[in-house]
Amino acid sequence: MSNSLRFKTSKFIDETYRVSFKFNNKTYFGFKGDTLASALLANGIHLVGRSFKYHRPRGIMTSGSEEPNAIIQLHDNSSRTEPNVRATEVEIYEGLVASSQNCWPNVNFDIGGINNLLSPILPAGFYYKTFMWPASFWEKYEYFIRKSAGLGKSPKVADPDIYEHNYIHCDVLIIGAGISGIIAAKMAAKNGFKTLLVDEKSYLGGSSIYDNSEFSKINNQITSSWLEKEINEISKLENLEIKTTTSIAAFHGYNFLLARENLTDHLPINQRNGKVRQKLLKIRAKKVITATGSIERPLIFDNNDRPGILLSSAIKKYIDLYGVACGENNILFTNNDTAYETALSLIQRGIKINAIIDNREQIDSKISYEVEKNNIKIYKGYSVVDTYGYKRINKISIMKLSKDGQKLIGEKIKLNCDCLGVSGGWTPAVHLFTQSGGKLKFREEDQVFIPEVYPSDQISIGSCNGDFSLDEVVKNTLSSIKKFLNIDNSEFKTIEIISGLNQSKRNIWLLPSDKSIGKTKSFVDYQNDATSKDIKLALREGFRSIEHVKRYTTTGMGTDQGKLGNMHALGIISETAGTKMGEHGTTTFRPPYTPLTFGAIVGRNVGEFFDIFRRTPIHDWHIANNAKFENVGQWKRAWYYPKKNENMHQAVQRESKAARDSAGILDASTLGKIDIQGTDASEFLNRVYTNAWSKLAIGKCRYGLMLNEDGMVYDDGVTTRLGENHYIMTTTTGGAANVLGKLEDYLQTEWPELDVYLSSVTDHYATISVCGPNSKKIVSKVIPDLNFSDEKFPHMSFKDSKINNIKCRVMRISFTGEHSYEINIQANYGKSVWEKCMEAGKDFNITPYGTETMHLLRAEKGFIIVGQDTDATMTPIDLQMDWIVSKKKYDFIGKRSLYRSDTIREDRKQLVGLLTENPDDVLEEGAQIVADIKKTPIEMLGHVTSSYYSPNLKKSIALGVVKGGKKMLGQKLIIPMENKNINVTVADPVFLDKEGERLNAKL
Amino acid sequence: MFLINCPFCGEREQSEFKAGGEAHIVRPKQPTELSDDEWAEYLFMRKNIKGVQFERWNHIHGCRKWFNMVRDTSNDQIKAVYKMGEKPPVK
Repeated sequence: MSNSLRFKTSKFIDETYRVSFKFNNKTYFGFKGDTLASALLANGIHLVGRSFKYHRPRGIMTSGSEEPNAIIQLHDNSSRTEPNVRATEVEIYEGLVASSQNCWPNVNFDIGGINNLLSPILPAGFYYKTFMWPASFWEKYEYFIRKSAGLGKSPKVADPDIYEHNYIHCDVLIIGAGISGIIAAKMAAKNGFKTLLVDEKSYLGGSSIYDNSEFSKINNQITSSWLEKEINEISKLENLEIKTTTSIAAFHGYNFLLARENLTDHLPINQRNGKVRQKLLKIRAKKVITATGSIERPLIFDNNDRPGILLSSAIKKYIDLYGVACGENNILFTNNDTAYETALSLIQRGIKINAIIDNREQIDSKISYEVEKNNIKIYKGYSVVDTYGYKRINKISIMKLSKDGQKLIGEKIKLNCDCLGVSGGWTPAVHLFTQSGGKLKFREEDQVFIPEVYPSDQISIGSCNGDFSLDEVVKNTLSSIKKFLNIDNSEFKTIEIISGLNQSKRNIWLLPSDKSIGKTKSFVDYQNDATSKDIKLALREGFRSIEHVKRYTTTGMGTDQGKLGNMHALGIISETAGTKMGEHGTTTFRPPYTPLTFGAIVGRNVGEFFDIFRRTPIHDWHIANNAKFENVGQWKRAWYYPKKNENMHQAVQRESKAARDSAGILDASTLGKIDIQGTDASEFLNRVYTNAWSKLAIGKCRYGLMLNEDGMVYDDGVTTRLGENHYIMTTTTGGAANVLGKLEDYLQTEWPELDVYLSSVTDHYATISVCGPNSKKIVSKVIPDLNFSDEKFPHMSFKDSKINNIKCRVMRISFTGEHSYEINIQANYGKSVWEKCMEAGKDFNITPYGTETMHLLRAEKGFIIVGQDTDATMTPIDLQMDWIVSKKKYDFIGKRSLYRSDTIREDRKQLVGLLTENPDDVLEEGAQIVADIKKTPIEMLGHVTSSYYSPNLKKSIALGVVKGGKKMLGQKLIIPMENKNINVTVADPVFLDKEGERLNAKL
Repeated sequence: MFLINCPFCGEREQSEFKAGGEAHIVRPKQPTELSDDEWAEYLFMRKNIKGVQFERWNHIHGCRKWFNMVRDTSNDQIKAVYKMGEKPPVK
């Protein structure tokens, strides 16, 4: 550690606690309390990274979350490594490892630096313009462009850390614990408001907590001492919760805010295990007080980006808070008084200031006189015109400004330095205010945007509201909070403030240069290498909207979102275009204010909780029997059950054959089940289904088709009449929730007069379907109490029964075309009844089958699957299901749409069967169907919706939709594939047992 | 994110609700009497106003009740909520 740069005067640094860390593979030392930036500066290191486009050497520029340059890769392992971390925000701990980004082979010698020399041919929009043509070359360019795109490396393996989400409700949320935030917190909490105070820093008090100047006093005490007492006092208040290292990421409408709270990032890695790293706080506040402060503006001049050039306020903070001098030969360049505060801090510790360059002709403030008294040369009315030194600034040149500030006059003077502090005044941090929907106004005097219209119960105070001097901040905070919280007692009886600053400022957005603009590099956005020249080019090329200029030049699009340079970009645009600043507005400030980790965003919703799935009561049995699963909606459904060495095709063929030859068993528990009760239940079903329900006898089942009001098929399923006013409806697995929602919608909004109640009972029952010629024998064994004779228990009917005293419902319904029974039993008995069926079916080769076989079996019968054979453009008529559409009913949902001019067209796509010329050719689902391949462009008639090889028919079968297909029976069509054209014949969609002999066979 | 005052449950997060489009569009009592154009008007045509709009909302992850809301779409201010079948309390 270079001793000459560390001054042991700071209360915030624990000098007894030495911390070692690694930066770019070299070990350094700092103290507990240091940030990575302050520790590096104490070691004399400014060069920490390379810029994005030109790979120019860049140093630490700021001391906070606005940092554009010092973004580093933190951690060297592949699980925790994090790119784009601001060195100014990382607290160092023993064993910290960090490295520079965007440089190769290293930050001192970076091959990409050649881009800097090539910069004359790399203007804004270079990539857009150059790589547009010839279009076919994009594939060749892409590899190289992608390689050079992006900053840092992302982690390669799972994050070992834990993240959480928390909800917080409070009366008052105060964002920012600077002096105004502290005052507001005390007033709110002491007046009975449940208050939450958050700050992104690890300490409270903002910049006032290290304001030790004799020139700023409150009640005759130095500001920092006064504030320290206040902080001590509020930390004891019960009504007040304080969260440090907590950054508000987003301020949404209705005072809903997201914050990221850092909990373990300051700890050595071995102390983090099992602890929550970050919390995403979801805050709902009745009132919000924004006290986010302001960000110092840089100044825009040629080569304003060299390592060693910092914001003047950052230099002050590094010396006052961390006891670190950023340089030994300092120069300050300013257009306002705040640089003199920095000067006094440096003078206090005997750190050399070579000169102050002030672009104002007249300076009249107590602190400027105090600085002059210390024999420091102040160049009044001068501007920096250039800087020198590749990896660290070593010299600047200055010239006198003309009266209008647009030209340079006189001799060029060169001055030596190793550190240049710049101050262009202050920009209120209005990001969160505008995110919440607030409208800004432009204040001409000092060229700042400040809050004007609040969209919710909120207020901005302090410098984010445009109050920059200590007395303004304190006095306005007191009066606004009193009014905002409607309180009398301010807690601050008398308050006397001394402030040595004068508000004068000479704002020049782009300082003049003695070179032509084409030869300058005056950076507006440091991270993205956008210069004033680029902005002017964009304007020359016709861009006018600030949003367009931003995207064309990439100004403000880095990880820092242009916190430093956006205002200058606006200023240069309005100066160049000759318009008024306020008229342009600003670019949109979008969340997050500072980047969020993915960990914080997902919280605990990782691994199996990322997208939770539903399991049937029989799930464990499926797993034990080697089922492969398919996702259907949120459900995991058994897909097929391969035996040793079987592939999917073989398993499905075996299952399908067994189901028709002897017996198959399917877990149908996922089907949606809606219990419908009420005196108008029958009338209700009449209105929601296309067919008639009034005459369905108790104990009978009926298949129903449900449409949308536009006449398109929405869902289908079997509904059973359990009693006079009681039905149970089944829906498709994926459609269950939406069907219930739709039915509730009609009941509550269109037909509130109907006496009908709906309950979802999907999860209450396990549903086991046993099918095949031996199904009756098997279920008779499982339910010996029930008479299964065809006379007593015909197809499409239901019986209540019991299995070992447990109530069950048995339906004789079929989705396979086989004789089949569906047992519904309380869910927790599902697995044991399934096992009973397996046991009873042992002698009949009962074969569990999954969804794939179910799909195959139903396709043999030509039964549709809603969502596979239909999309939202198929009417029942298109599906050749005219038989289910009641002609007699006056109305049902979708009826009127079935004879709109469009739905009665005869050339609509209609469902047909397709048989391939070669019975072994299995079509691809989704394949196009055409008639004529000679005429180009080839007309597409439709597509294949379902396709299988049927082991029962020993041939390939498919369903598809074809324009005018109904009238094309027997016609030859073509399915053009990549390697060959497959000839098909249009067929009846029912391939097997059209007469229903299997279904009604006496067993 | 809105804070919605469900007429049945009180204030709840927006994430508990589902938006259901424009309100006060009554399903015709005799659809078969309507011309194609009249039916299309009911079926497809929505106003999508910038400004004060009457909307249907459903407390889908709560009481599952549908209700109406008056919302200014230009600034997302909710002017009123009221039950189905009730007259809007504001114009």
